[in-house]
Amino acid sequence: MANTYTLIASSTVGSGGTATISFGSIPSTYTDLKLVYSARNTVSGTQEFIKVTFNSNTSSYTLRSLQGDGNAASSNSWSFQWIGYAVGSTATASTFSNGEIYIPNYLSSNNKSFSSDNVAENNTTSAQSIMAANLWSNTAAITSIDLTMQGGYDFVQYTTAYLYGISNS
Amino acid sequence: MAAGSTYTPIATTTLGSNQAEITFNSIGGYTDLVLIVSAKQTPALNTQYIRFNGDTGTNYSYTILSGNGTSAVSARGTSQDRWYSGYYGVPPTDSYGIEIYNFQNYANTTTYKTGLSRTNRASGGVDAMVGLWRSTSAITSITYGISGVSAYLTSGSTFTLYGILAA
Repeated sequence: MANTYTLIASSTVGSGGTATISFGSIPSTYTDLKLVYSARNTVSGTQEFIKVTFNSNTSSYTLRSLQGDGNAASSNSWSFQWIGYAVGSTATASTFSNGEIYIPNYLSSNNKSFSSDNVAENNTTSAQSIMAANLWSNTAAITSIDLTMQGGYDFVQYTTAYLYGISNS
Repeated sequence: MAAGSTYTPIATTTLGSNQAEITFNSIGGYTDLVLIVSAKQTPALNTQYIRFNGDTGTNYSYTILSGNGTSAVSARGTSQDRWYSGYYGVPPTDSYGIEIYNFQNYANTTTYKTGLSRTNRASGGVDAMVGLWRSTSAITSITYGISGVSAYLTSGSTFTLYGILAA
């Protein structure tokens, strides 16, 4: 049987941390992409934004989010590469934010709509649960994906990311 | 991941012309199902829906959590003739939306069937929904459509149904 849900590449951050998790040379042999991550970062705070960048292009990203923090639900519009939060250095030890993005038809000549989900639970009085409708207004096929932290902070050791390719045939 | 046998494309369709509904048949043999939709609609923004086995009785209910970029709301519907499964995910203009559906344990003949949907459009909003079909029948077909008079999914919209096998 054909392998239709395939691990393209993975990354586990080592002891020195890293500012960028990169997936380059993404094959053009799939229909959709799914990126699954578990992340923590070095910001001196409870959390910071995770950003996604396609094809090294940092413009033309928009999104609408729906989020809850244990106290209230809210929705916001952004012109930004945001896909969720990674907990920071003051968050409960050993907690990592988890999330995923799903990119259908990543090779198409249409603008790229994608879906993101993220949680940053940390056993305190407030924690974020987020879903978002994202758009990269660019018609190029996606050939690379980078994850970075807003503010240039590093992902810490044990942060992981997995990129899967999904074929519809 | 073990080679390929647990996540299988059952059917995929790219619409060659506008149509109001699309139905997936011959969907047996799996544990769970995932439906991926990348679609537009015409002429205006209408709600998407799901029906199982062609059932048009008032056997569906749903709960939605939705955000439009300004506010978050939640609503419910009971005893509906379909699962109204999303609002923002199929735009009438601009870029294609994205919708992800999960139908768990769909073939069992003991319990009512619950589905989850995540529907998205960055220029409109984001929805998370749960739908219930009050039937113990195995799901043998899934119909996806757009509500509204003379409302259609547009040419170029793509739909893929995947089967997930537990063993």
